[in-house]
Amino acid sequence: MKIRIRFRKYSLMKYIGHLDILRYFQKSMRRAGIDISYSGGFSPHQIMSFAAPLGVGLTSDGEYLDIQVESTDSSKESIKKLNDVMVEGMEITSYRKLSDNEKNAMSVVACADYHVFTKSEEKLKLADLLEAKKSYYDESDEILVTKQTKKSEKVMDLKSLVYGFDIFESEGKIYYYVKLSTGSTDNVKPELFLTAFFKHMGLEFDETDYQIHRLDVYCRIEDKFVSLSETGEEIE
Amino acid sequence: MKKLALGDDILLTVDKPARYIGNEINMVVKDKEHVAIRFVMCFPDVYEIGMSHLGIQILYDMMNKREDVYCERVYSPWTDLHKIMKERNIPLFALESQDPIKDFDFLGITLQYEMCYTNILQVLDLSGIPMLAKDRKDHDTIVIGGGPCATNPEPIADFFDMFYIGEGEISYDALFELTKEWKEKGYSRDEFLMKAANIPGIYVPKFYHPSYDENGIISEFTHDEGVPATVKRQVYSNLSEAPYPSKPLVPFIKATQDRVVLEIQRGCIRGCRFCQAGMIYRPNREKDVEVLKKNAYEMLMSSGHEEITLSSLSSSDYSHLEELVNFLIDNFKDKGVNISLPSLRIDAFSLDVMSKVQDIKKSSVTFAPEAGSQRMRNVINKGLTEEVILKGAGLAFEGGWNKVKLYFMLGLPTETKEDMEAIAVLANEIAKEYYAIVPKEKRQGKCQITISTSFFVPKPFTPFQWEKMYTPSHYLDCAKTVNDAVNAQLNKKSIKYNWHHADVTVLEGVFARGDRRLSQVLLNAYNSGCLFDSWTETFDMQKWVKAFEDANLTMEEYTLRERSEDEILPWDFIDCGVTKAFLLRERKNAYAETVTPNCRQQCSGCGSASYKGGVCFENKN
Repeated sequence: MKIRIRFRKYSLMKYIGHLDILRYFQKSMRRAGIDISYSGGFSPHQIMSFAAPLGVGLTSDGEYLDIQVESTDSSKESIKKLNDVMVEGMEITSYRKLSDNEKNAMSVVACADYHVFTKSEEKLKLADLLEAKKSYYDESDEILVTKQTKKSEKVMDLKSLVYGFDIFESEGKIYYYVKLSTGSTDNVKPELFLTAFFKHMGLEFDETDYQIHRLDVYCRIEDKFVSLSETGEEIE
Repeated sequence: MKKLALGDDILLTVDKPARYIGNEINMVVKDKEHVAIRFVMCFPDVYEIGMSHLGIQILYDMMNKREDVYCERVYSPWTDLHKIMKERNIPLFALESQDPIKDFDFLGITLQYEMCYTNILQVLDLSGIPMLAKDRKDHDTIVIGGGPCATNPEPIADFFDMFYIGEGEISYDALFELTKEWKEKGYSRDEFLMKAANIPGIYVPKFYHPSYDENGIISEFTHDEGVPATVKRQVYSNLSEAPYPSKPLVPFIKATQDRVVLEIQRGCIRGCRFCQAGMIYRPNREKDVEVLKKNAYEMLMSSGHEEITLSSLSSSDYSHLEELVNFLIDNFKDKGVNISLPSLRIDAFSLDVMSKVQDIKKSSVTFAPEAGSQRMRNVINKGLTEEVILKGAGLAFEGGWNKVKLYFMLGLPTETKEDMEAIAVLANEIAKEYYAIVPKEKRQGKCQITISTSFFVPKPFTPFQWEKMYTPSHYLDCAKTVNDAVNAQLNKKSIKYNWHHADVTVLEGVFARGDRRLSQVLLNAYNSGCLFDSWTETFDMQKWVKAFEDANLTMEEYTLRERSEDEILPWDFIDCGVTKAFLLRERKNAYAETVTPNCRQQCSGCGSASYKGGVCFENKN
């Protein structure tokens, strides 16, 4: 039986990288007594896969992993069992059964959205930013950025890969909302998009000064983006 | 969110920020306002090494079981963070509360190997605690050392207020009660230290005074009035009743020891004459197998680890090994828990077990003959014979293994060229056995025999504590002798030889049997940038050479000199159970190439029966 788990990663856990999160969950499944399935062989491993790895330093309200289990309690009980063994900065928010022919989370991911905000005092003005957004995004046909890969530099056009961009102010702080193509092909990181936006304004986007917070991850169902949390069904 | 000592600007630029944030599974959280004593336990090496250490896990659990004590942890910041902390004057902090180390009552430092000594100075330096104990004032943190190297604490005595000699399970309660009394009654630091020096196992160096003659040999070792002349190493007799952590800490990043560690016994019955652990942890004490089963279950459940390993000096000597291993396999193997079995003697039983828990194609069988010739093995009292090794290897080859690892030491007392060459000959014999036993059509290529040698370092409280060491070039000549001998073997293509660097061996030798004059060398070395000396990437011998020169000392006076049997050794004030008379007897037996039977065969009257426990009292009423 396939299960899709949604979790939040925040606070101190943002310093823990993806591979260590994987190890963390392997141990958590054991501590919580989840009846997870194992592969065969001399060093059996748990059948588990993640939707979209989150970089070190980022926080998230919508992370996903799929597991295969031999048997399971109800969604409610399973969430409680898992949350009882979590550390500060990790919280399980959903546990749903997938149909057997459902593809795993990693292969269905289409996009993710984020809030980005400064960790220090706000120095920029909303009006200026909205003005710059017009020429950079709203009224532009293309957003050309240079993407650095291990071997070469690649110029790519982000326009068709950005599904939403908004800037708003809340309690004296400016928030950038972005919804970006995510997955094994056409993966756009928020820092890449914002670096280009800041460059457009003649500013520098200092990554360590900004908190990037992932809101959710989506798959595409009939031309619509659907949150992965809506896939599968509750177990009563 | 918990306030961290370091900001994102630092944590997101240094390697592995998880080293510095705490928050691990099973971390103990207490309200610091509601405890009487704050203790921070330090392993002076990088987090991944320190978190793998069983002793700290035991003490962390034991101390935190007391409601009035909060024990936290700190490890050596890696060189990248070290640089930032020095530049920006950021004080070193504990992982749990993220509070500065300076705010704690005690800084406990475990002394596992000599090459971590500069890291101790780093911890004191970054904490802002005066490095020399004599410069500390009434309210400064008390710095206490413990662990195996505390059996000769003299080279680092100037940096510590006190040492705990022996097993931590015994005297910490007394020390904590005294600390509370100190706080209530407002003793001076010296009054407190004087009272502490009278707790069994506590050594306060400032009350003990060595003097040296013109050759640097101790001429006199006196002590102040009111402290005992000898400090008795503390040993917990009934290990089955000792506290053991049911909820081990589980790091986020992969530690060196990323598994449940089950201590099955302490001490060893074998009495190898080079082995300090085999002497100082006497008497051998086994834990009740039922207690171990319970411990294993609890720790696996609370940690979620996917592997469990047994900890002991010689697992095969544990009386209920078969029962324990079968229990682990039966109960956990199908739950995806891997079982790792170190220090096993290779025989039919261990091969059977290994075939159940390992992939034979990928794993290897390990022998530690420690010396190549039977003569040399008799000298060091390593009871392994060539016959036993060949039989074990033969069984392994029949069982499908084709990789063998062999461990030896070079630079042993009385060693000759023939003894060194015998290492290569033994490896060749094992290879011959493979080609004789395994028919051609069943062979998966050649057999792979890996020889590793390290250089022998004489340690305190062993029969070899008086022996001389050699120069680095002599050690490398020894390695060359073995290498040439390997190349002369018929099966040389099946044999691979690895040897260690000699510089670190020499330094380790200096500090293992060193005296208080070495503290100046350590200060010089740290001040010139020596740090993480057990890491090849950071070790710098040139700086060490200079550090000795500037202190007007030489490494050679510590390494190349054979100690006379009647001289005062720096660690003579410690009573480790084993008596000097026994060690001298064993030294004579070594030179006579006479094997001493193990503790179960016959008692050799080593002196550790004074601890009234363990193997000394097995089968006796």
